[in-house]
Amino acid sequence: MADLLIHQLLIPLAYIMAIVLPLVIAVAMFVYWERKVIGWMHVRMGPNKIGPFGMLQAFADVVKLLIKEVILPTKANRFLYYMAPMIALVPALAAWAVVPFSSKLVLSNANAGVLYLLAMTSMGVYGIIIAGWASNSRYALLGAMRSAAQVISYELAMGLCLVCVLVLAGSLNLTDIVNAQAGGKGLFDWFWLPLLPVFVIYFIAGVAETNRAPFDVAEGESEIVAGFHVEYSGSAFALFFLAEYANMILVSFLASILFLGGWLSPLQGWVHADAPGWINWIWTGGFIWLFIKAFVMSFLFLWFRATFPRYRYDQIMRLGWKVLIPIAIVWVLVAGCMKYFGVVTIGTGV
Amino acid sequence: MNPQLFQLICFYAFGFVTVAAALAVITLRNTVHAVLALVLTFFSTACLWMLADAEFLALALIVVYVGAVMVLFLFVVMMLDIDQEKMREGFVKFLPVGLVVAVVMLVEMLGLIGVRAMHAQLMGADPAAAAGLSNTAWLGMALYTKYLLPFEVAALILTVGVVAAVALTLRQRSAQRYASASEQVKVKSGDRIRIVKMAATLPAEESPVPLQESKS
Repeated sequence: MADLLIHQLLIPLAYIMAIVLPLVIAVAMFVYWERKVIGWMHVRMGPNKIGPFGMLQAFADVVKLLIKEVILPTKANRFLYYMAPMIALVPALAAWAVVPFSSKLVLSNANAGVLYLLAMTSMGVYGIIIAGWASNSRYALLGAMRSAAQVISYELAMGLCLVCVLVLAGSLNLTDIVNAQAGGKGLFDWFWLPLLPVFVIYFIAGVAETNRAPFDVAEGESEIVAGFHVEYSGSAFALFFLAEYANMILVSFLASILFLGGWLSPLQGWVHADAPGWINWIWTGGFIWLFIKAFVMSFLFLWFRATFPRYRYDQIMRLGWKVLIPIAIVWVLVAGCMKYFGVVTIGTGV
Repeated sequence: MNPQLFQLICFYAFGFVTVAAALAVITLRNTVHAVLALVLTFFSTACLWMLADAEFLALALIVVYVGAVMVLFLFVVMMLDIDQEKMREGFVKFLPVGLVVAVVMLVEMLGLIGVRAMHAQLMGADPAAAAGLSNTAWLGMALYTKYLLPFEVAALILTVGVVAAVALTLRQRSAQRYASASEQVKVKSGDRIRIVKMAATLPAEESPVPLQESKS
C-alpha cells in the first residue's frame, strides 16, 4: 500500500510540482520582463526600485495582491464568483502535462497530445465567461461576451493550423511532431518553412486566444473599464493574471514545439563535432534550445503590446473569419499536397 | 489496490458526477446554472469515455461540445432575460402533456434497451489494440478507408447545413451600414484633415493679413 501510494501519488505529484512551481516563478519574472521591455520601448526605466534592477518587483506585487481583500459585489453569485478564477487557472496549468521539454523529459507522452491541448485551451474561456456573468456588472458581462465570441472564432483558425502540422508530421504526439522536424538541413528542416503562413496565423490566433494586445477587447480599458475582471481584487485577480501569463508562455512553447523544432538545435546536421555534454547540446539539441525559442516567441507578445493599437471588435472578427481561416484552410490542402508529393521529408528523431 | 479496482472506483465516481450533473440540468431554476451543469455532464462523460480507452471521442466531445457549442449556448442564455415566475405559471396546465411525453419516452427507451439486450453480444476485443494502433490512429484509418463514402457524405451534409445557417441569418437590412475595410485602409490623412498654418499672434494695426493655408 505504501509502495503504491508513493508510485501512484507522490512521484506524479512531485513531477507536477516540478513543472508548476518553475512555471509560476517564470510568470512572475515574465511580468517583470514585460514591464521592463515595455518601459524601454516607451523610453522609460520600468520597475527599478525593488531588488537589483527591480527584479523583485513582481514578487512584491504578488505579496501586495495576496494581502488585499477580495471584494464580493452586491448580488453577485457567490459560488461562481469565487470559482471563476480557479476555472480559468486549471486548464492553463493542466495543458502543461503534455508539453515535451526534451526527447525524454515529458510528464505525459500522450498519443493524442495535440487534441488534449486543444481541449484544454478551449476550456479556458469558461473562467472568463463565468467571471463576467457572476460579477453582476454590465462591464464584466460585456467583456465576457466579447471574449467568448473572439476565442471561439480564433480557435477555428488555430485548429486548422494544428491540422497542417499533423498532416506533415503524421502524428498527434508532440514528441513525434518534434522528431519529425529532425534532419540534416538545420533550421530549414523545421515546419516553419513549409508552413510559414500557418505559423504566422497560429501565433496571431494564440495572441487572440490569450486575450492579449492588440486583441484585448475583453478588457478594453477605454470602453469597458477592465472587462471581465473589473470586480475582482486581491488573490482572485492574481489567479486571472497567473492564468493569462501561463497561457502566454504555453502558446510560446507550443509555437516553438510545433513550428520551430522544439528542443532541436538550429545547427542540427551541420556540426558533427565531438564535445563534452555541456557544449554538445548546442548542435545536438536540448531543452535549453526550447527555452530560448519560447523566450523569443514570448518576447513577441510584449513587442506586440507595445507596438500595436487595440483592434476594433468588428476588425477582430473580420480578421479571424475572412482572412486567417480561409488562408489556413487553403494551407491544409497545400500541406496535404506537400506530404503527398514528398516535398517535405519527415525525420524520425534520434 | 490493483489498477482495475482503481479504474472501477474512478468509473463510479465519474458516473455519479455525470448523473448528478444531468439531474441538476433539469432541476436547477437558474438557466445559467443549468447550462453549467450540462457542461459538467459533458465533461464527466468525456472522462468516462477516456476510461473506456476511447480517447479520440472523449477529447472531441470536450473540444466540440464543451469548448464551442456550450460556450455559445451560455452566450445566448446569459443574454436572455427570463422571468422565473412566469416560467412556472403554466406548470399545472402543461403537467398532463409533459407526463404523457415522459411516459412515452420512458417506454420507448426501455423497449430499445430490451431489444438491444436480447441481441446482446459481448463486445469483442478492442480493434485498436488488436491492430497495434492508438485509438485515434485506428479511428482515422477506419474512417478514411473503410467508411470513406459515409464520412464524406456526412461532411457534405454538414457543409450544406452551414451554408443554410449562414443564408438564414444573412438578410438585407436597409438600416444597416457596412464599413469596407479596403476603403478604410486606402484613406489618406489628407482626405480627412487639413493642417492650417496661422500666425501665433495677429498684427496689431492695419487690416488683418489673410491667413496662409497649406495642405500637407
